[in-house]
Amino acid sequence: MSALRLLAAAAMFFAAPAFAEEDTLTIGMTLSQTGPLNVDSVAQQRGAELWRDQVNEAGGLKVGDKRYKLRYVTYDDQSQGGRVQQLYTRLIVQDKAQFLFSPYSSGLCATAAVITEQYGRLMLITGGAEPKTYTLGNKYLVQVITSADHYLTGAIGALQSKSPHAKVAFVYSDDPFSKAVTVAAREQAKESGFSIVLDESYAPATTDFSPIINKIVTASADALLGGGHYTDGATLARQIYDQKANLKYAALLVAPDSPEFASLGEAAFGITVPSQWEIQATYKPEFGPTGAEFVKAFQDKFKIAPDYHAASGYQGGIILQHAIEQAGSIDADKVVAALNAMDVTTFFGHYKIATEEGHHGLQTAHEMVLAQWQKKNGQLEREVVWPKSAQTADILYPLH
Amino acid sequence: MLGIIASIVDGVLIGSVYGLAAMGLTLIWGVMNVVNLTHGAAIVAGMFALYLLTSALDLSPYAVLPLILLGGFLVGVGLYWIAVHRMIGQPPLMFLLSTFSVNLVVIGLATAVWGTGLFNVPVSLPGVTWQRYTFPGTHLVAAALTAIIAALLYLFLYHTRLGKAVRAVADNREAAELSGIPTTRVLSLAFGLGVALAAAAGMLIATMFPFTVLAGDAYQLKSFVVTALGGLGNPAGALVGGVALGLVEGFAAQFMPVSWTLVIEFVLFVLVLIIFPRGVFAFTRS
Amino acid sequence: MKSEKTGAIDRDRARPMLYRPFFWIIALAVAAFAVVPLIGNNVQLRESLLLAAVYITLASNLNIMLGYAGYINFGSIVFFGLGGYITVYLVSAHAWPLAAAELAAGVAVSVLALVFGLGILRLRGAFFALATIGINQGVQAFVSNFEPWGGSAGLYLSTQIFEPLGGAMRALWVIYFLLVAVMGLSLYLSYAIKTSKFGLGLIAIGQNEDAAVVLGVPAPLYKALAYSLSAFLPALAGGLYFFKSAFIQPSDAFDLSLSTEAMVIVMLGGRGTVTGAAVGAYLYEELRGWLLTSETFSNFQLVVSGVLLLIIVLFVPGGLMGWIYGRWPRMKQVLE
Repeated sequence: MSALRLLAAAAMFFAAPAFAEEDTLTIGMTLSQTGPLNVDSVAQQRGAELWRDQVNEAGGLKVGDKRYKLRYVTYDDQSQGGRVQQLYTRLIVQDKAQFLFSPYSSGLCATAAVITEQYGRLMLITGGAEPKTYTLGNKYLVQVITSADHYLTGAIGALQSKSPHAKVAFVYSDDPFSKAVTVAAREQAKESGFSIVLDESYAPATTDFSPIINKIVTASADALLGGGHYTDGATLARQIYDQKANLKYAALLVAPDSPEFASLGEAAFGITVPSQWEIQATYKPEFGPTGAEFVKAFQDKFKIAPDYHAASGYQGGIILQHAIEQAGSIDADKVVAALNAMDVTTFFGHYKIATEEGHHGLQTAHEMVLAQWQKKNGQLEREVVWPKSAQTADILYPLH
Repeated sequence: MLGIIASIVDGVLIGSVYGLAAMGLTLIWGVMNVVNLTHGAAIVAGMFALYLLTSALDLSPYAVLPLILLGGFLVGVGLYWIAVHRMIGQPPLMFLLSTFSVNLVVIGLATAVWGTGLFNVPVSLPGVTWQRYTFPGTHLVAAALTAIIAALLYLFLYHTRLGKAVRAVADNREAAELSGIPTTRVLSLAFGLGVALAAAAGMLIATMFPFTVLAGDAYQLKSFVVTALGGLGNPAGALVGGVALGLVEGFAAQFMPVSWTLVIEFVLFVLVLIIFPRGVFAFTRS
Repeated sequence: MKSEKTGAIDRDRARPMLYRPFFWIIALAVAAFAVVPLIGNNVQLRESLLLAAVYITLASNLNIMLGYAGYINFGSIVFFGLGGYITVYLVSAHAWPLAAAELAAGVAVSVLALVFGLGILRLRGAFFALATIGINQGVQAFVSNFEPWGGSAGLYLSTQIFEPLGGAMRALWVIYFLLVAVMGLSLYLSYAIKTSKFGLGLIAIGQNEDAAVVLGVPAPLYKALAYSLSAFLPALAGGLYFFKSAFIQPSDAFDLSLSTEAMVIVMLGGRGTVTGAAVGAYLYEELRGWLLTSETFSNFQLVVSGVLLLIIVLFVPGGLMGWIYGRWPRMKQVLE
């Protein structure tokens, strides 16, 4: 008899967690704590963490009449695709993540997407702009940032307004994101009447740009469009300055948007960057914080200003939250249906995704701006220079 | 045309530093008849030494060079007595694997401590502008310092007694031993020199380009390519080989996308190994 | 020791394979790999065993060159990567069925290995080792520039490729079983070579190549054959691995650190033994899996590999199996 009671007590003990005060929602992701993608990845992660902490402080995520506490499981992918696949498999199979956030950079997002689709889990892509991922047939991918083919549209438009027949050099990193950007930009450049005098990609790990810069000088290019991610972009910017390539205009991807870029000093001056979001943006949100509120909360928590990577990490969170609230459930199919139907504006801008089979998940409504490093009272600061409707300062042209 | 000349000149400048890196490798190889796979670690050590000394001690970059040469030499000699000496008699397979594993451990520790991120030592020097091309000041100074170090090495090897002892041991160790040369001390000296040269090359590379912990392996490979071109045990050949490699890189880059130069380099490497096992510029050696 | 070893081989060669205990030990291991994860649909176990199978394949085949013939192949991963690329390319760009693509990849890579081998196998020791690195890096640099194969960015497979195999979930199991089969074949190949005249010749080359030539061993032919054979199964494994990942890029496919790990495994388990490669690979993969997610140690992978290798080379050159055979010589009759 006592043995039976012991057994019953043991059973109660093991059953107890099912009746805990609150339920947990596990979200899995990897970030690049080490490796070349580190700077941008950490920024994105901080945005996601801010969202999690705000939700938990408010009592948890409201789903129907239940409240879920948010729990993150994160691993370091070391900026490597191979690790991403192993880690996302582990997140789903072992850590039982119900939703996933993407790693940073298109290449890593694409490899993670393979795993999440294989196991049928919803993943929010906050750090990958390449559109090809959405043409491979998916059901559970959702992109919140503008896709790569629109990145250089603003830079080209701004250049055209100053120099309609500019000689343009495309020098970009050989990675999925930068290649996708340049494929579209090439067409736009030709349509705008530019002549393309150089078109070369470099290996992402390149540190010696002198041969390529010599080619830029030989080609007498007026403008440089390209770059890749932070490490190669920053190195390229520095060497262009050292080698006096004397460009009139330069638009580099990603790198100049990081606050760290200011450490380049004079080399940073005048460089433009296509940006998913800037602090000066004035969108009126339908839910979630305003831009100013987001900036303040981020600055209070992390003691630095947010860049667009941090903003996109946060956007992933509030979009997911809104979709779960609309669906009233955490079932993947119901949440995806909500995400497919949403057409909203937040502090980050517009959100609406394509839903037809050949493009499911592609972001169609979000727009980009062009920012430029200028000097304000002797200090280097980023101003929004394009489109004219959103600008906070006039574009500086030519640089030399 | 001007662009081609500019690229070739720049290639020669950078190539000379590759030659410096290879000089250390070929010296050890020639004297001790072993392949030192910790070469990459020594190069990275030079890079990080520059980074730490300039950021922590706020010293001017080039002033650090003698420190790195001396430090590299002492570390090399120390390493020899601690580890390498024991492994000299071993079959080549084991020696290769043991130096390889030491390299792994060093690079692994460095990765654990510093991560795989990019490090940059800002060196601002005015460049020299010719027509519309600018040769960065760092490239010019690095090449000049390489020439000085190479000249010093030459003077040492050919005009000092110790240097002659080194060449004697490289030529024929038994004969040198019989003529009373303290061969083990000479071997340790050669190893120390090799590490010093590698560290110095690493430092100079770090003044020109940003680097990661893993850069050592890439430059070690370049050193092997240069050594294959220049011939084993032949420091002069190493310098010539380095310049030749830089020349090929600079020249080729003008006619094809720059990223193809690496392919050419490796094809060249394998071909040279197969066709000229003693090096393209090998001067007669027994 | 020596005569005992030869004695064992003579005795073994007299008996047909099916009667040798080791044949059944391998069969048991393969069966365990196949059956155990099926119990309870243990996907997690399957994923870690899949990696172990890949390592065992790479190590067993590396053993043929390194363990038997004594030639260090630092760049052995090039076979794995090329096999992966050819398979993924044929499946994605030309819609070949997986089996055909795999076979084509295996044959193509073996032929390529023969061609490379003819060039570099006349080199000895360090030169050969360096040349293998040169080949791997050269192939990686080439593929990084080769647009039809995606360049640096790589190739992606759409999720539709899993449909002929019955959908993604089922396909992952099918691929796993195929990889286990490749692993089994690698172990059998390694064993078969060791107990054959061919293997004897390789081992003679490994001990003293010049003496072996004098004794009549056709060294250039044997070396080229060994190099080419040791490329076939890793190519198949690469094809399966990257097909499963639905994604391949040069920096993953030609990652020298995988070659290094294979080498550490061969040395750890016992150079020249078949069991060694398998046991070493399994142990190493468990260690690696733990390092992958450990907060403090995730960057210590290289250090651990390096320290292990150094200890083995300096103190236990025979590796794990060498130590076991030293303490229990009877084991040599059963294991290889």
